[in-house]
Amino acid sequence: MSVAEHDTTDVDAPVPGPRERTVSAITGEGGQELSSRAGMGAKELLREVGAVLRMSESEAAALADIEADPDEDQTMIINMGPQHPSTHGVLRLMLELQGETVLRCKPIIGYLHTGMEKTGEQLTYMQGGTNVTRMDYLSPLNNELAFSLAVEKLLGIDGDIPERAVWMRMLLSELNRMSSHLLFLATNGMDIGAVSMMLYGWREREEVLRFFQKVTGLRMNHNFIRPGGLAADLPAGWRDDVLDILEMLPSRMEEYEILMNGQPIWRERLQGVGVITAREAMALGTSGPILRSTGVAWDLRKHMPYLRYDQVDFDVVVGAYGDAYDRFAIRLNEIRESMRIVYQILDRMPQGDFRVQNKKVTPPPRARIDESMEALIHHFKIFTEGFKVPEGEVYVGIESPRGEIGCYIVSDGSSNPYRMHMRAPSFVNIQAMPHMMRGGMVADAVAVISSVDPVLGEVDR
Amino acid sequence: MSDNGPAAETQEQLHGCPVIESRGQRVVLVPRGDYVKVMKALVADGFDMLVDLTGVDYLQMPDRNVGAGVVPERFEVVVNLLSISRRERLRVRVQVPGDEPTIATLFDVHPGSEAHERETFDMFGIVFEGHPDLTRILMPEDWQGHPLRKDYDPGRIPVQFKGANA
Repeated sequence: MSVAEHDTTDVDAPVPGPRERTVSAITGEGGQELSSRAGMGAKELLREVGAVLRMSESEAAALADIEADPDEDQTMIINMGPQHPSTHGVLRLMLELQGETVLRCKPIIGYLHTGMEKTGEQLTYMQGGTNVTRMDYLSPLNNELAFSLAVEKLLGIDGDIPERAVWMRMLLSELNRMSSHLLFLATNGMDIGAVSMMLYGWREREEVLRFFQKVTGLRMNHNFIRPGGLAADLPAGWRDDVLDILEMLPSRMEEYEILMNGQPIWRERLQGVGVITAREAMALGTSGPILRSTGVAWDLRKHMPYLRYDQVDFDVVVGAYGDAYDRFAIRLNEIRESMRIVYQILDRMPQGDFRVQNKKVTPPPRARIDESMEALIHHFKIFTEGFKVPEGEVYVGIESPRGEIGCYIVSDGSSNPYRMHMRAPSFVNIQAMPHMMRGGMVADAVAVISSVDPVLGEVDR
Repeated sequence: MSDNGPAAETQEQLHGCPVIESRGQRVVLVPRGDYVKVMKALVADGFDMLVDLTGVDYLQMPDRNVGAGVVPERFEVVVNLLSISRRERLRVRVQVPGDEPTIATLFDVHPGSEAHERETFDMFGIVFEGHPDLTRILMPEDWQGHPLRKDYDPGRIPVQFKGANA
């Protein structure tokens, strides 16, 4: 058994003297680490200095900030993370420094890997939501939504979802976008040194989570959006709770603007830091606020609408410079756009069912079980065996607060996925970090990590 | 078995590769030899963004119908492309045999494929030839086996409880 082998190799080996066994020998990741400069291929280096391989080498060299790369003995490699307060969890960056200038950077990930895609193959489609909701733990409802939409497409019931369920999904995913961006403002503030912003961001996010708790029963990891609809209807008084949030936020957002945008120190810490161009951002596959900060107006809600986003009015916020300040400003203003959408949802929320009445997919109402033998059988089958999904494969991508979150499911006709893959936006976005950091200061590295806003839960899955 | 059989005269083609529909989504079935060539041609068509690249191990579905008469192999590399200008998605599926799990890297076409290819190598053991840094990305460097393969035994870590044999 391969796992056991891995666990015992170090233990059984003759133990070297305490002096010989260095820390790096225990914690090292071998080939995954930043390689020596001599061992680095020209292609890799070109990619890092901004040549995204659609331009010639001379063009790429002209773009590089540093005229010539120094010798190896003039530089120092340091580890930032995995245990570092500004790495948002367990991101580890190996930085090559010359003085205080970052020359190269390599993100090393996997410290939070728990095999969630493998776990997803063991769980039925009914249980799958509990798994995917834990990936991006700051926007759990968007994860569930991507998974549910993929399963519904495989089942062929994506057109049958009742209107109320669709609008409820939009309501929840927009509120989730607000809570996620509020937390970004908090952590971004903390990383740059505006510690009071941390308290405000967490405080406001908690108001949104309190609403989620009332609706779903949990602050996070809801498993509320399920294949076929939602787990329950909105509770009584939900409209007032949402309005409370919407009425509280504008004045608080103005306070943030005074505290952050209005402050020269804040602007100077972010403006011109971690710059990336539109072409580079697209070549590296980034999405969400990072892509939009470069001026590319690309938002799946607007340009490839899902749910009923084509029926609500909102703007796609784009930046111009592709720097950390743009990414901050985009998220701040996306909260406002989400509020606009939520107001429209409040006006238009239809009456009706909150899940599709297809007894093969959704469990019957509790009362029916007492009076109908058939309902009891359906209930039993759904919660033991799960529902079967026809053979096929499908990819569904939606706009999460961090970018495109996609779910690729292959079904073999049984009641659990044959393969379940999540395209995690943070996993792709951190690829852009080495390029954003190159030539900047170590202190700015913190600003860059923060502006990418990675969630390591979905990076490592 | 669906009706994706060899209906040669109606079969839609894209750069010489058959196109099939999967739940309303367009899928191109590309032979392994033409992989990089077709991807470059698709970039020229406007599919300039690689959204996702992953693998599937079809060990337990050897007789599946890929469609358009394509011979199924054990592994499949699945690439999801996006065209921002055309607002379209396209999926590319490549059959990769189990006894020789190698395929060319897309690094030169889409630099953003780097982490995806490392992950697919880590999880499936599919080797991307020409990749600049093909190392494990999620699992530890000295890990044995490739966890998302269907013949990989997830195993269990023995847990000891006080006074009980578990």
